[in-house]
Amino acid sequence: MSEKEIKNPGTERSRSLEEIFEQRIARDEKIEPKDWMPEKYRKTHIRQISQHAHSEIVGMLPEGNWITRAPSLRRKVALLAKVQDEAGHGLYLYSACETLGISRDELYEQLHTGKAKYSSIFNYPTVTWADMGAIGWLVDGAAIINQVPLCSTSYGPYARAMVRVCKEESFHQRQGFEIMMKLANGSPEQKEMAQDALNRWWWPSLMMLGPTDAESVHTEQSMKWKLKRKTNDELRQQFIDQTVPQADLIGLTIPDPDLKWNDETGHYDFGEIDWDEFWQVVKGHGPCNKERLSARVNAWKNGEWVRDAAMAYAKKQEDKKLKKAI
Amino acid sequence: MKNNWPLWEVFVRSKNGLEHRHFGSLHAADEEMALENARDVYTRRNEGVSIWVVQSKHIKASNPENNGELFEPAQDKVYRHPTFYTLPDEVKHM
Repeated sequence: MSEKEIKNPGTERSRSLEEIFEQRIARDEKIEPKDWMPEKYRKTHIRQISQHAHSEIVGMLPEGNWITRAPSLRRKVALLAKVQDEAGHGLYLYSACETLGISRDELYEQLHTGKAKYSSIFNYPTVTWADMGAIGWLVDGAAIINQVPLCSTSYGPYARAMVRVCKEESFHQRQGFEIMMKLANGSPEQKEMAQDALNRWWWPSLMMLGPTDAESVHTEQSMKWKLKRKTNDELRQQFIDQTVPQADLIGLTIPDPDLKWNDETGHYDFGEIDWDEFWQVVKGHGPCNKERLSARVNAWKNGEWVRDAAMAYAKKQEDKKLKKAI
Repeated sequence: MKNNWPLWEVFVRSKNGLEHRHFGSLHAADEEMALENARDVYTRRNEGVSIWVVQSKHIKASNPENNGELFEPAQDKVYRHPTFYTLPDEVKHM
């Protein structure tokens, strides 16, 4: 520390701490919970990690809807395991978020009051069994594209949680694609059901990768902190380029008349995304926003007596142990 | 808001012969529940053969602000490493 910094603690000191911090990130060093970090870094991470955790938890609802009606035991155990993974992913992420000094209860509170967001894709309904296929194939596919770069993000606990999440996620996408493939090769009604699911989930999946770069307010800062390694538009293009051939392979048609391979760019050109719809759903006016949130709030409220009883039991056991010791 | 379940740290031995490693944390009312939750949250795919849980509040952690006085003194003690000592060429391994 220079003489000047010693004489002027406070702003001078925090400025130099911030410089050291930014240099550490630039050198690809990880930031751990007890390390000094700028308040904005902490807040941004709480926002993103909690949003991610909430998405995993709310994401169980659309699929939970079909567990009891899965068409075979094979499909049922797979769907059950997938939904259980999502609970696990939510829990890894909530723990990572808590290392930033926010409690689990505060995080739930933010979700339940609508202060925190979750991925808007989960506000769409799951009306047929084919939706389980489309969600695994498209929604988890888009999620993987979003998540893989996060395995090397600068905040240690988040990066470690993401490594675990990514390892488990690829089974989710495969099980979804298998469902779609089977339906697409089935009876005409089954194929129609698969096509209908693709029609409904395609555009929301593209929106899931976030607003266009021009509209995205957090991109620049997030790139600097390695909270993001590619822009939304780059991720979306990657998702489209990877998914279109998969649809071709199983004989389904992507519901975009403007979709065309572009030899010059080496990518698919695609049609206009309806961003009005996206913002409507984000603002709470999607088909299932109310239903999803009230399901979470009710689960929390109705579980209160169980949480209290468990604590009362724990205390009783603890007291018994003490008494024995005396 | 009352009666919050405490936080636990989870350590898992992935196979015999290896040490327990920190896997993450979770909330549970008591130690039995912490073990059961750890099994469901952290070992769904044969990641472990043994689990330790300890309430997070019982862990005393060093403060990164003290890293200088804690860890820097080890940096200039080159004599703690074998390469500090010279050997005649005739001695091949030591």
